[in-house]
Amino acid sequence: MYQTKYHKPASIDDAVAALAVAEDGKVLGGGQTLLPTMKQHLASPTDLVDVGGISGMADISVSDGCLTIGAGARHADVAASSVVRDAIPALACLAGGIGDPAVRSMGTIGGSVANNDPAADYPAAVLGLGATVVTNTREIAADDFFEGMFTTALEEDEIITAIKFPIPSSAGYSKFPNPASRYAMVGVFVANGGSGARVAVTGAGQDGVFRADSMESALSSNFSAGSLDGTSLDADGMMADIHGTAEYRAHLVSVVAKRAVTSAV
Amino acid sequence: MSDGIGARVERKEDKRFITGKGKYTDDFRVDNQAYAAFVRCPVANAKINGIDASAALAMEGVIAVHTGPEMKEDGIGDLITGWSITSKDGSPMQCGVWSPMVTTYGRYVGDAIAIVVAETQAIARAAAELVELSYDELPATVQVEAALADGAAQVHENVPGNMIYDWEIGDEAAVNDALAGAHHVTEMRMVNNRLSPNPMEPRSAVAIFDEAEDHYTLYTTSQNPHVARLVLSAFYNVAPEHKLRVIAPDVGGGFGSKIYIYPEEITCLWASMKTGRSVKWTSDRTEAFLTDAHGRDHVTKATMGFDANGRIVGFKTDTLANLGAYVSLFATVTPTYLHGTLLSGCYDMPAIYGNVKAVHTNTVPVDAYRGAGRPEATYTIERMIETAAREMGMDPAELRRKNFINEFPYQTQVILQYDSGDYHKTLDMAEEIADVAGFAARRAEAAARGKLRGLGYSTFVEACGIAPSAAVGSLGAAVGLWESAEVRVNPVGSVEILTGCHSHGQGHETTFAQVVSDRLGIPVDNVSIVHGDTDKVQFGMGTYGSRSGPVGMSAIVKALDKVEAKAKKIAAHTLEASEDDIVIENGEVKVAGTDKSMAWHEIGLAAYIAHNLPEGMEPGLKEAAFYDPLNFSFPAGALICEVEVDPDTGVTDIVKFTAVDDFGNIINPNIVEGQVHGGVTQGIGQAMLEQVVYDDSGQMITGSYMDYCMPRADDVPSYALDHNATPSPLNPLGIKGCGEAGAIGSPPAVINAITDAIGNNDLQMPATPLAVWTALQNVKTSMAAE
Repeated sequence: MYQTKYHKPASIDDAVAALAVAEDGKVLGGGQTLLPTMKQHLASPTDLVDVGGISGMADISVSDGCLTIGAGARHADVAASSVVRDAIPALACLAGGIGDPAVRSMGTIGGSVANNDPAADYPAAVLGLGATVVTNTREIAADDFFEGMFTTALEEDEIITAIKFPIPSSAGYSKFPNPASRYAMVGVFVANGGSGARVAVTGAGQDGVFRADSMESALSSNFSAGSLDGTSLDADGMMADIHGTAEYRAHLVSVVAKRAVTSAV
Repeated sequence: MSDGIGARVERKEDKRFITGKGKYTDDFRVDNQAYAAFVRCPVANAKINGIDASAALAMEGVIAVHTGPEMKEDGIGDLITGWSITSKDGSPMQCGVWSPMVTTYGRYVGDAIAIVVAETQAIARAAAELVELSYDELPATVQVEAALADGAAQVHENVPGNMIYDWEIGDEAAVNDALAGAHHVTEMRMVNNRLSPNPMEPRSAVAIFDEAEDHYTLYTTSQNPHVARLVLSAFYNVAPEHKLRVIAPDVGGGFGSKIYIYPEEITCLWASMKTGRSVKWTSDRTEAFLTDAHGRDHVTKATMGFDANGRIVGFKTDTLANLGAYVSLFATVTPTYLHGTLLSGCYDMPAIYGNVKAVHTNTVPVDAYRGAGRPEATYTIERMIETAAREMGMDPAELRRKNFINEFPYQTQVILQYDSGDYHKTLDMAEEIADVAGFAARRAEAAARGKLRGLGYSTFVEACGIAPSAAVGSLGAAVGLWESAEVRVNPVGSVEILTGCHSHGQGHETTFAQVVSDRLGIPVDNVSIVHGDTDKVQFGMGTYGSRSGPVGMSAIVKALDKVEAKAKKIAAHTLEASEDDIVIENGEVKVAGTDKSMAWHEIGLAAYIAHNLPEGMEPGLKEAAFYDPLNFSFPAGALICEVEVDPDTGVTDIVKFTAVDDFGNIINPNIVEGQVHGGVTQGIGQAMLEQVVYDDSGQMITGSYMDYCMPRADDVPSYALDHNATPSPLNPLGIKGCGEAGAIGSPPAVINAITDAIGNNDLQMPATPLAVWTALQNVKTSMAAE
């Protein structure tokens, strides 16, 4: 039997201190990935540092054209937030479509982004909106943050405290769920803003979330579903499993991207 | 009586189930309880060289680790097969030896190798991870077609070529002649996908050894506790039958998978004796995927010939059945007598031949799963006839009508004799409800929205109420398949029914009480059903094969006949009337045509007080009966599925599903409709969602719900149901059984609809979005090529 010590620090500094002395410490957000993994004995951390008790970690606010969501905000709270719905409705919609009610009531945006599951929804929004990941030590641009499947720019013992989303003129998210798990088999977040369109794809790529350059150029000149006609993604680099071949996923990216553009508000 | 046969009585058992008060095996916490976890074979084929349990045994809270060779030394027997099949050359079937725990070779991922007993479940599981195996991994055979290929890895040394049996039914020469002279011949290869049963409650066992009494008690998730006791006692040598009590309390679904007596239950009983502790084991979901008997897994090549008028002249099938690493209890009968005998479907076929080769592979054993053989037969027939209609340019419903059996009883070319039916009217009703006449307009409207609409039929017949004992005995069964009942009238007139059937979702506590209510005129609340405990109930065969209605309730009726006869004697004596004039109505026992009567409870009291009984009559009012059916019963139905396919994604939406069934007389329409809903949903699961997938090395890819797709509420439509009853003349209630029909009939209706929508018949189950999209791309490619 392995033992895990549970910590519930009141501040980020205390959390960082607890992680620093732990032999194999893990940050616990909503626990929707980590706890099932521990139950299956696929992870056995010596210390769990629960950041859910840190005040201010779940705040949601808007200022200077930027929506800031605390890392501890739960998916259900983001989905229901009038601040989020007013600022970036597509983000509230995305949060309301993650997992099931139990997952949404516990899972947090910080946990999801830090985990960078290749089939998670939030990474598509963070990358698609060109957001900034705020940690206890620095700010990291989304383009520099996601480094591949389950891999991010986070250093050892670095903790996400908030995500800052620039508010676009319009954005949309659509996903094609895996029939079994209902995770995104393909999820596409599109945003149209001052510096042109961004298109981020989750669920499909072998290296996790990625930007679809050809679609971004097409949408930057004309942000409409029709302008995606004729754009296609190469099947190379797409994931393949029993639910979808690489070719199928590449095809779905086009279909889902159009639906995301159509839904954009 | 409002609670009687045909009434929509609410299920008596649902209060405890839907309020979380059901008591399942894992809910039992007994004295001196310890917990078990199993060490399992990590690869599909391995020679085990050594097991080092020292680290596990050193862990605090670990009580013992035991292995297969120790069980063997203690005389615990190997697992048995319940049905012997003879190959077409007259030779007996060949099966590998299945020991409860591995002695030398592990033959599938999940094969039990050692049991760890500990103070808590968490300790047991953690300790199991510390048991070190040294083994040589051997080449594995996984897919059914590959298992028979030259040079395939051998699963068992004593089963050459992995061939368990090569069985046949029907007249091959007659079929070959008919096909040679046929006007049109349809040929197809069909895969009947491998399924995991997934009952909501996983398997569980609590084994209690009482050293002072030399007695064992086993709480377990069983559909047939008496059979479990018999087998555990007579073949596995765990304990003599009278020293073993098997209790199957509330059981959360079985679908066949809880018929069998698995290694874990045997091992827990033995471990309880070895450790002197009560031993509890409860499967987790991944363990369930890895060890519960799977279903289906057939590959069939079929040929059907027609004359110029569209009449079937001959039907031939060639089936490979994957039985997995070991032959499970009733695995051998599923592809043979539950499949080959149904190859006539609901059609008058003059010549039929079926060949079935059953093979071993390094996968979980495959056994009967809801429908068991009949879904495989139905899928083959109904895909073939729909395809033939398309090839001949005929309406698929009309081709069916041309070939329907019209007169009953009907003797098929493959053993069975059907009892009753009216296939034409059933199909007419289904077409009316499904509004087939309006389909062309709906298809055009869908096309305008860029969607592809399709319509598919399935008209099926199946065999329920398993089964006449002598008949199944002559075909190789090791047991008889009668059922028992005891009716106990209490002194206050309330009634207890002891049944050898077992309810694990079927609603027996309600329907069986309705039969009593109907006969005696007392409310269902005055009737209780006792089942699932070998100490309480007389021997019975359990619940599977849609038998609890036609066989189990028939036994109750027989016992009620005896109770009524005695009650009438008591009433005639008390009321000073002739026994022939006594009638039982509305809870009263009356002298017909007079105002003389006794309330039902007065009869009970008179019987037990026994102050004034007819001369020579024994006191009390309790009667038992055993009922052995004369034949199977033959439910039949017409299903029509309408789908809309999104060509952009391959996603299929079932927009309407119509089922008109002939279940004979119906005891409780609510429960019957629930069975159809559940059965059709399982069939849609097979057709579109579910499939166990192994990789080439024999590792299961679909070991959790992340990859194994179960149907959810939003995957299925609201069903349109109706009934066209032709009562079975062969049992006293005229019922046919309804538990499996939905799962048997629905998969071909779904696939026929999808293939109609996409214009490509080359589609295997499950028709996932990927499969449908791929089939659509193939249509585009072939059109481009033309």
